[in-house]
Amino acid sequence: MAGAEAAGFDLGWEPSPEQGWVAPHIATEFPGLGIAWVEVDGRPGKSPEPVRRRLRYLSDRFFGAHAIHMRERPIPWAYRVFFRQIGLDPDHTRTPVEQLALERLHDGAFKSRGMPADALTIATIETGIALRAFDAERLEGRLCIRDSAPGESLPDGAGELAQGTLTIADELAPVELLFGASAESRRVDRDTRRVALAAVQVKGVPQAAIDEALWIVAAAIETA
Amino acid sequence: MPDLLERDILTALRVGGDERLARAELRRQIGRLEQQLAELFAEAFPRLEIDHGVAATSPAPRAIGLAELEQVRDALAARIAEARLALKEKAKVETRNRELLEQMLASPAEHKWVRISCADIGEPGCGHWHSRPRFGLLGMLMSWWRVKISSGCPL
Repeated sequence: MAGAEAAGFDLGWEPSPEQGWVAPHIATEFPGLGIAWVEVDGRPGKSPEPVRRRLRYLSDRFFGAHAIHMRERPIPWAYRVFFRQIGLDPDHTRTPVEQLALERLHDGAFKSRGMPADALTIATIETGIALRAFDAERLEGRLCIRDSAPGESLPDGAGELAQGTLTIADELAPVELLFGASAESRRVDRDTRRVALAAVQVKGVPQAAIDEALWIVAAAIETA
Repeated sequence: MPDLLERDILTALRVGGDERLARAELRRQIGRLEQQLAELFAEAFPRLEIDHGVAATSPAPRAIGLAELEQVRDALAARIAEARLALKEKAKVETRNRELLEQMLASPAEHKWVRISCADIGEPGCGHWHSRPRFGLLGMLMSWWRVKISSGCPL
């Protein structure tokens, strides 16, 4: 909880992240890959003042030099390496923290995009962890990372996924490409009342950083 | 960071024999090369923009095979070699410019109108040294040359 308090949010309870599973043959290929998530009550909307103040504070602390040296830091680097290892170019399909850094430099600040996006931004910039938000009530069972089966697609996706595509899935179907597009029906929208916040762990990312990221984002959403 | 560089334990690689071992080794190499490229990228900035792009081998995330991992590894190694060469060349040019600046400061008249910027010698900032005649046209005719130092913009 220290992470959340350090980020300026007070969480009245201790979230205990649930560990998702990784398909065994994927776990064998990528030791250290994992997914953890927490669920919190929350609905999308305008960010409260403490969250917007935190964004401003982070904007003032973040300079071009941070962006240049970011890829040398252990956690952003670990995600870059993982992107390379799964065939993605992290300079094209950017890691979440690098994408936010680029937007900060482009826009001159971390712009508020409402909740829960702002909460994810704060936690990602603070920790470097890749975070995702889903509508918890539309997920079925535990989250996992697995490869797609033949003929499978995102629930409301236009086309089939190529076999072997790495996805975040619930017990029914893939809900998002790993670090990619998500199924519209699982996204947080105006009907959402409970949010599932998921953190993707890769080799080289310590569990403490995952917990801290989830605490920060959960606390920020509870603040709202 | 160090645990990412360690070799994966062999018990985790029980299926697929040598090829899985080879993929794990290639992933380890990719991690190490990515680290070197990141260091070179940071070292070069802002003096030199190095090409650090390595094309994606897959349109979607997946466990890529041996050939694609080799492709990524080789491309990263090539980028590192190019970046090192470019940095070496840049360092040579900066050294020559620093020597030229010393000569210019010692004898401005022998380096008429020469202008060397901070960037030319690998220093930050936008200042420059410029060999100019004192008192304009009169100084030109009388060969009164001096090096004028501009500290650059105040920002």
